[in-house]
Amino acid sequence: MTDDIATGTLWTVIILLGLGSFGLRFMFTGLVGDRAMPDWLLRHLRYTAVAILPALVAPQVLWPVATDGAFDIPRVTAAVVTLGVGLVTKNVLTAIISGAVTLYGLLYLLG
Amino acid sequence: MTSSTRKSVYFQGVRDAAPFILVIIPFSTLFGVLATEAGLSVFETLAFSVVVIAGAAQFTALQLMQENVPTAIVLISALAVNLRMAMYSASLTPYLGAAPLWQRALCAYLTVDQSYVVSVSKFEREPQMTVPERVRYFLGVVTPIVPLWYGFTLVGALLGAQIPESWALDFAIPITFLAMIAPMFRTMAHVVAALVAVMVALLAAGVPYSLGLIIAGVAGMMAGAQTELWMERRGMRT
Repeated sequence: MTDDIATGTLWTVIILLGLGSFGLRFMFTGLVGDRAMPDWLLRHLRYTAVAILPALVAPQVLWPVATDGAFDIPRVTAAVVTLGVGLVTKNVLTAIISGAVTLYGLLYLLG
Repeated sequence: MTSSTRKSVYFQGVRDAAPFILVIIPFSTLFGVLATEAGLSVFETLAFSVVVIAGAAQFTALQLMQENVPTAIVLISALAVNLRMAMYSASLTPYLGAAPLWQRALCAYLTVDQSYVVSVSKFEREPQMTVPERVRYFLGVVTPIVPLWYGFTLVGALLGAQIPESWALDFAIPITFLAMIAPMFRTMAHVVAALVAVMVALLAAGVPYSLGLIIAGVAGMMAGAQTELWMERRGMRT
């Protein structure tokens, strides 16, 4: 990589990315407000979280950046354990701890 | 409403978001470390986290700036990673749309994956909540998350490059997201939405500017909506 990042570039990115991110976050709550949205749209929006988060995670689980994209048994196992424990217990904290223990346990054993 | 129920709605939010403390701390520390490794000053690093307040987009922008990618491309890529925030905004609109403008703006600034998911799950489960209660709950949820995001970015920047890679902090976020998703599979439509989203995400992993995520998200949402309609037509419980 790396040349140092120019200060001007950095601040341009920080400010414009900040404004842009706020714009995205405010786009609907700000502009639509309390006007009713159509049923078909609401029906799709009900599945936002349950579609976006798995889509975000799946490639990171199978091809982690930390291993340069190589399939990694500790990470995949930790992901499966986290999801499994979460499904059974419905408890976020228990699921996170189970996943972390699995990850570190396997990294230690296989490392 | 009495002031004791006001407080209790706020503190319910604080309590429901408390598990994320475990993950926000390592993740924000990692950003602080990587940003200072990339040559940012402590002040620049903290400003980045306070102004942008979006982990994945910050990591993306940082990495691309180090590779000397043109500024416009850095912005487009990082904003594409954050496009999901517009979907979160749309999804929150039926619940928060009637709040005063300044409160909506405040909640918008504070919308991150964790605050969105925890809040929207609660709003769906308890449709009788009033709009002020929802805003208070949302602010409760961000209380253990956002100040720690700032604080531990600063700690990471001050620590510098003293965190070994073997700590595997990169995996803090996938684990949190999986733990957040698990309680959300309430109906078959939710399961179908997630499965379709995962399949499309893996197939579209090569699409530039992280747009594969948005394609996968939209595909999953369409699959969920269609499954819901199909179940309704069959007279099944949704």
